[in-house]
Amino acid sequence: MAARDNHGTSPPWGRSFGVLGQPHRKLDGLAKATGSAVYADDLALPGMLHAKTLRSPHAHARIESIDASKALALEGVHAVITGRDLPERYGVIPWTQDETALAVDRVRFIGDPVAAVAAIDEDTANRALKLIEVRYQKLTAWFDPASSLAAQTDRIHPDTKGPGNLSKHVHLCFGDVDGELAGAAHTIEGEYEFHGTTHAPIEPHCAVAAVDAAGLLTVWSSTQITHYVHRALAKVLHLEAHKIRVVQPCLGGAFGGKSDPFSLEFCVAKLAMLTARPVKMLYTREEVFYAHRGRHPMQMRYRTGVDKDGKLRAVDAKILIDGGSYSSFGLVTTYYAGQLLTGPYHFPTYRFDSTRVFTNKPPCGPKRGHGSVQPRFAFEIQLDELAGRLELDPIEIRRRNFQGDFTRTVNGQRVTSNGFLKCLDEVERLSRWKERRGKLGFGRGLGVAGSMYISGTNYPVYPNDMPQAGIQIKLDRSGLATVFTGGNDIGQGSNSMCAYIVAEELGLDLSAVRVVAADTDLCPVDLGAYSSRVTFMVGNATIDACRKLRGQIVQALAEKWQVAKERIRLIAGQALDLEDAARAISIAEAFQIAEARFDTLGSTGSYNTPTLGGDYRGGTIGAAPAYSFTAHIVEVDVDVETGQLTCENVWIAHDCGRALNPMIVAGQMEGSVYMGLAEALLEEHTLNRFGLHAGPNLLDYKLPTSVDTPELYARIVESIDPEGPYGAKEAGEGPLHPALPALSNAVFDAVGVRLRRLPFTPARVLSELRAAGVDAKRHAQAGLPARAEKGAR
Amino acid sequence: MLRLPAFALERPRTLRAALELLAENGQSAMVVAGGTDLLPNLKHELFDPKLLVSLAEIDELRGLCASAEGGLEIGAMTPLADVATSELARTRAPALAQACGLVAGPQLRTMGTLGGNVLLDTRCQWYNQTYFWRSALGFCLKKDGSACHVVAGGKKCVAAASNDSAPALMSLGAVLHFESASGAREVAIDEFFTGDGIQNKKIAPGEILTCVRIPPMPAGHRGAYGKLRDRGSIDFPLLGVAVRLDCSSKDVVENADLVLTALAAQPKRVKRASETLAGTKLGTPAFDEAAEKVAELAYQQCRPLANIPGDANWRHEMVPVWVRRTLAAAATEPNVTT
Repeated sequence: MAARDNHGTSPPWGRSFGVLGQPHRKLDGLAKATGSAVYADDLALPGMLHAKTLRSPHAHARIESIDASKALALEGVHAVITGRDLPERYGVIPWTQDETALAVDRVRFIGDPVAAVAAIDEDTANRALKLIEVRYQKLTAWFDPASSLAAQTDRIHPDTKGPGNLSKHVHLCFGDVDGELAGAAHTIEGEYEFHGTTHAPIEPHCAVAAVDAAGLLTVWSSTQITHYVHRALAKVLHLEAHKIRVVQPCLGGAFGGKSDPFSLEFCVAKLAMLTARPVKMLYTREEVFYAHRGRHPMQMRYRTGVDKDGKLRAVDAKILIDGGSYSSFGLVTTYYAGQLLTGPYHFPTYRFDSTRVFTNKPPCGPKRGHGSVQPRFAFEIQLDELAGRLELDPIEIRRRNFQGDFTRTVNGQRVTSNGFLKCLDEVERLSRWKERRGKLGFGRGLGVAGSMYISGTNYPVYPNDMPQAGIQIKLDRSGLATVFTGGNDIGQGSNSMCAYIVAEELGLDLSAVRVVAADTDLCPVDLGAYSSRVTFMVGNATIDACRKLRGQIVQALAEKWQVAKERIRLIAGQALDLEDAARAISIAEAFQIAEARFDTLGSTGSYNTPTLGGDYRGGTIGAAPAYSFTAHIVEVDVDVETGQLTCENVWIAHDCGRALNPMIVAGQMEGSVYMGLAEALLEEHTLNRFGLHAGPNLLDYKLPTSVDTPELYARIVESIDPEGPYGAKEAGEGPLHPALPALSNAVFDAVGVRLRRLPFTPARVLSELRAAGVDAKRHAQAGLPARAEKGAR
Repeated sequence: MLRLPAFALERPRTLRAALELLAENGQSAMVVAGGTDLLPNLKHELFDPKLLVSLAEIDELRGLCASAEGGLEIGAMTPLADVATSELARTRAPALAQACGLVAGPQLRTMGTLGGNVLLDTRCQWYNQTYFWRSALGFCLKKDGSACHVVAGGKKCVAAASNDSAPALMSLGAVLHFESASGAREVAIDEFFTGDGIQNKKIAPGEILTCVRIPPMPAGHRGAYGKLRDRGSIDFPLLGVAVRLDCSSKDVVENADLVLTALAAQPKRVKRASETLAGTKLGTPAFDEAAEKVAELAYQQCRPLANIPGDANWRHEMVPVWVRRTLAAAATEPNVTT
């Protein structure tokens, strides 16, 4: 690791922080709250056309012909494009590029894009779509991953090696798993199932493209990976990358659902090039469900052996992953499903075998907690089952297996700071676990679960030796600092994070820091908002750039005042001489003195991960410069007559290293739990028997409302990571994981029934309760009131 | 975003003018009240009106008042939120006030009207979808197609009545008042709904529902509405249960009624509910036993179909639970009737 990447964990000016560690508004908070924030769909350019996508009504078919002549003849239609116009393949992972902007000769799910129309308005474009005649030859559609794996005919991607519709297979074994299982005092084996869910951001995908007189193509897109979109556009459009500019406007949520290049970005670009007019495309909510990239359904079998004290000896996993129709991040998902489980507990031996299979469904991809929420669900339930077998408190079995800090996992991952034990302590105390667990009466229970998640990954999706995060800062004579970052603020507050750091380092008021972000013309490259990498990597790069400028300012003042540099402080908008208060000047004057001394003031900063990971194929996937840790306790009420589960309270403790803005960290923790419980209780991204999405709208695909959301108690744990910016780690994804297994474990505490298959819909829960012999009569005998609030639960 | 199709919009200020517009434009015109259901349906291309006649500007259709004989008269354009929060409705027709308060969410109850809810289109998972989705399906019996996907080979549409107000109004013996260019008519709500999911309402072209009349309730009237739904807000019913209990001054049930909805195209009255509950005193084991029997009757008499989303068998299992719970709610709430 380069020395530039390590900046220590202390405040820049002495013992305490001036800006960090305190709640601050997000930079764009007021603009969003008042409606003045500019999203992609708010952009309107002179002469702009509107584009729409024709989609496949078949789950699997060959395209025999497309006749767009009637659509082209419609007044107001400017262009129609099909797969022939954009045949170049792309895909976010360079080794599995199997997507095209529009289907070239084959459609792979209902909703797969086939053609795009640009017209004077959306209504005309929609009318034109109905005039395009496509002849299909239907093929066998594969919906079930197991049968799809065995497919001999009508393979979904005929140029892949197979067998069947295999997308990726990973088998890794660390240590003598079979021997340890054979020698274990107790072993438990179980099957667990995770259904599919999707991100459902408030803002649907939208892209606008324009080509200027000099031939520069600009694409504004609601993406969380500006840089990868930039590269993909160059590849697919056969343009030199420097003739393309990609800009991310204000973004209305992503959660991983905007971390692939999407069809619409290529379509608007191509249509703008063909028509010489700006072109916009805004997905409908239904189209967002087809674009998908949501959480993979997984069928998981776990076998775990422990010794008589409950210490883990071996974990053996077999996972079948339903990938949907394209690869997307699937290669990484298949690794993550195994690689990210080896904490916060010590696994002496471990084996996993994960298989991702193509099916004729909307493509799956990364969703908040990519690839590891599903295995975590399975394993944390199994850990509870083991605790039960050993008659151990579920928190105790987790404590006993704690891996420790500054250690190495069996699969070769370097773990640095680790505040998991503190997390367990906090939720145990706050929930009054010891007094209340198992004592709440039949129908009400508490459940615990823990987790670990990456704080960035050392694996850029295309291998290169350049920095993973870059920053530029420009200082103005007015006292303004402008930060240029390639980082994508997707609502998580990464732009604000940059501003807080600059304000802290240069002693500025927050209002004197401007952030220009996610514009490939203006900002240095950052790889994007995924893998919970931005705070860690962009934060470090920002400190790097600040320290250079700070050095210049301090030197210039020291020379001017003829004092030692140590006497100078930049704090709260002022430059001070610690030993001569009369010398205080404004930051603007300090900048001017420095500019006179050093010429125009600007600096760059960057970050790269150290060399990490195991020395084997795939050993770097899942290797992070630091890991976050979380523990949850969920309190549930089980209505044994209806199968309805009501979460009353969730206590969340999360080790984020250091909370740069505790308000945003707490918000991420609460939002994570909201999302996790939604996946457990309500959300279901499924197809009906015709291969159609069962309900691609926000009435049928149910997100919890405020009245469905439990009381959330967020407790931040700070382990101060040696390599994070001031010790910070991630907070946006890790805190989701334990919510689902903790809920299942709470149901067990409440009624003695293990829920191992998601989602926990009332219908399914009721049938599980009945299968286990739990019924309403027993509930009544326990003397509990029927949960009979009038109206809804 | 889904686009609305093109249509003309008229906003007459009088009922007379609205009726004339409907008479002039025949089948190509549709009435829009709050628009909370019609507009999404238009975006889904389920209707294709040339003209929408909005009733929003017609003051005479709005308002809730006591009728001369001691019941209620509610203008069809009265917002659901107003019915839900009206003291008069809460005391004289508690089941209706509760039902209106459980329709959708707060914003939709502010826009949505009682008349609009009474006339709500039936719903089905194979129908309430976009044009693209329905075309990929090959359409269905209710719109643009010839096959029913709920009942294989079914020749009759079984889309579900999903209006919360309807079963409550049936339990209250409400009367609907219609006007058309050629005159006025009144129909008991019991006679208004049919079992045809394509059009489950006996309403003639050119007619406007102007008023819902609820007869006076006896002094010991109690009512409740129970709604099963996935979330605590927004959702249409997976099951709706309206309960009426008319009791003596000593809290003995004299007359009862139980109407369920969201099962099939028509709200369903549970047979033999009244005689089973009659003679039992609230708060006694006899009442609880009778309620248990009524729950069992309801379970036997109802067969929810897989028309709306959700597990139909589970909805069936929920019938007795929600009947029992709603009966208990009606029995235990303070009797607010004056």
